[in-house]
Amino acid sequence: MAEKVLVAMSGGVDSSVAALLLREQGYDIIGAHMKLWDYVDVGADIYKDGRCCTIDSITDCRFVCDAIDAPFYVLNMSRHFKEAVIDDFVAEYKAGRTPNPCVRCNSDIKWTEFLRKAQSIGCDYIATGHYAYVEQGDNGRWRLRKGIDPTRDQSYVLWGVTQDALSKTLMPLGGLLKKEVREIARKYNLRTAEKKESREICFVPDDNYGRFLREHEEKQDRRFEPGEIVHEDGTVLGEHDGTAFFTIGQRKGMGIAYPTPLYVQRIDTANNRVIVGDNDALFKRELDADHLNWVAIDPPSEPFTAQVKIRYMHAAAPAEVTCLTDGSVHIIFDEKQRAITPGQSVAFYADDVLLGGGLIR
Amino acid sequence: MEPVYLDHNATTPAAPEVIEAMVPYLGELFGNASSVHAIGRDAKVALENAREQIAQFINCDPSELYFTSGGTESDNIAVLGAAYRYRRTKNHLIIGATEHHAVLEPAEHLAHSEGFKLDILPVDKEGQASASKLAELVTDKTALVSIMHANNETGSIQEIAPLAEAAHEKGSLFHTDAVQSIGKIKVDVKEMKVDMLSLTGHKIYGPKGTGALFIRQGIKLSPLFYGGSHEKKRRPGTENVPGVVGLAKALEIAGQQREADYKRLNELAGYFIDKMLGLIPDTSFNGSRTRRVPQTVNMSFRGVEGESVVLALDLKNIACSSGSACTSGVTAPSHVLTAMGVDNIDAQGAIRFSMGRVTTKEQLDYVLSVLPETIERLREMSPVYQQQKP
Repeated sequence: MAEKVLVAMSGGVDSSVAALLLREQGYDIIGAHMKLWDYVDVGADIYKDGRCCTIDSITDCRFVCDAIDAPFYVLNMSRHFKEAVIDDFVAEYKAGRTPNPCVRCNSDIKWTEFLRKAQSIGCDYIATGHYAYVEQGDNGRWRLRKGIDPTRDQSYVLWGVTQDALSKTLMPLGGLLKKEVREIARKYNLRTAEKKESREICFVPDDNYGRFLREHEEKQDRRFEPGEIVHEDGTVLGEHDGTAFFTIGQRKGMGIAYPTPLYVQRIDTANNRVIVGDNDALFKRELDADHLNWVAIDPPSEPFTAQVKIRYMHAAAPAEVTCLTDGSVHIIFDEKQRAITPGQSVAFYADDVLLGGGLIR
Repeated sequence: MEPVYLDHNATTPAAPEVIEAMVPYLGELFGNASSVHAIGRDAKVALENAREQIAQFINCDPSELYFTSGGTESDNIAVLGAAYRYRRTKNHLIIGATEHHAVLEPAEHLAHSEGFKLDILPVDKEGQASASKLAELVTDKTALVSIMHANNETGSIQEIAPLAEAAHEKGSLFHTDAVQSIGKIKVDVKEMKVDMLSLTGHKIYGPKGTGALFIRQGIKLSPLFYGGSHEKKRRPGTENVPGVVGLAKALEIAGQQREADYKRLNELAGYFIDKMLGLIPDTSFNGSRTRRVPQTVNMSFRGVEGESVVLALDLKNIACSSGSACTSGVTAPSHVLTAMGVDNIDAQGAIRFSMGRVTTKEQLDYVLSVLPETIERLREMSPVYQQQKP
């Protein structure tokens, strides 16, 4: 009997083609859309189209599944998503850090709840439209390798996926370029072929996370505390309306007249202050990270060198990684890196293989 | 394996006789029932014949029967129409704790946005409401009491007349949603003493998009729609003549088969429930074994998610649902089961099987052959169930 796969479908072209390709490979396909949030809960415009978790996206999934003759289900995971992702997102900003909710969603929703759901209905695998390869290395460990499309690499947000979860994962798009994926979709007349993609945080569809945080807090009858914006030399320069609205390296939105450009250097939640300074001061060589997950390698006992990436759009840079006895790592880059931001993910690579990752402390 | 359809409370296929009755009115007899000419008159006659037939079925005067697009519209016209009509003098509504969303949501809208006070009449563990409890809640400010006849999730049947009397005692109108009872048990608006009653066609082998609202003579409602004098301005819009003809036919057949269907389905349900209780540990039946539309069988498989059961059974060609079709996909436990005192874990693990004319013992045996292993597999992966194990 063919192996059964539950394909995570967003309504976009990537996951549509993933489902199609797996069917061509002989798998028994079941499509599923994870309903993660409602517009009424996150604000923004219910009639905007082209977004995940809207009725229109779900309809697109239905048509694609119908075209490939696969059953299709909508799985409501909004309660899990709220607890694991949205609440964490808010809490992180309030604690002066800058979270990556996609990382959290991947490890705590897609590769846990979704996988569990897949297994509960008798599926052998889950599949996604990520541009990456899942494969077993010579050391027996399951690993992720960057896809061949250099503009589409999504391995960075997958560092938190466990070995057990990876062993049950298929990613059929690793060997394709985005434009090839669109061509396949066109060839098969999939209605998602020309669909634009969004790169915002899915539950902040207007890309205004400040608005989201403010509304979220107002719903719980909470307000952000205004405080001081202080220069690194100790001079008070102005006032902010809540430290949560700032992230390291940010330049805009401070409303301060100053002879040279000012950038957020640090967020001091203990004193409710935003510390600013010049661009040069943002460059640092070292960082600490915790909540580590090792992917391609066993937890290393010796320091090692790797290409290290500190945010989604960051070009990985060489560094030495040292594991500490408390399970965290200390990282020293060969050259200073701009705006190392607590709460963001750090991912280690050897060439195109994801070794592991963690959260910047 | 032919699909086993156990979701008749969601909808049913139109009976062949129903389709046959409708076809002429989609084609050659296509007239607009409001037109003056001969083609229009033919349609009008068909419409009024259907009205008489349905009126007779529920024991009302044809002039008291208004055609709508279905249960949701009938419920909305009744609830919103009564509230808007009486809002100058009355500001209070009472609905049952297990109402369908078509009553619950308009009532909640009136409470949240229109200044009405809303009381919910509780039910006992079998889903039954009490008339004496209602008498305590109803006041001379109560515009409307709406309590459903048979529940869509559990099939529990209310004895309506005493509830209607309690409402009338204080001068309130009384509406009942009979969408799940019509054609399955006796529905007589005089015996039930109701002022308004909603019904629909597609739950009883009639066409979708057809329904009716009985409004007792002399009762005033504010209309929700404007745009013509159809249905005495209470529901303007060109009449759905083929639909109404189909609805009348469906009720005619239901009238002929009701008692035989009831007996057969009651026996099948009894067998099915007992087998499930016997074969699958930690399973409970929700509702009333006796005061129930027998085709509805609501079971809780403790520690599993109803949604997963529905998906797993769908992959085995068995159609059933968790909760009602209108709320499937919602992770919150059913308000119906919660109101009946079912705890959250059992409510999450609830499945509704609803049988119909095509249901056979062989089909139920097939379900019984795959259900125990399905539940067992889901429980093996359920942290909730594993924690509870002794």
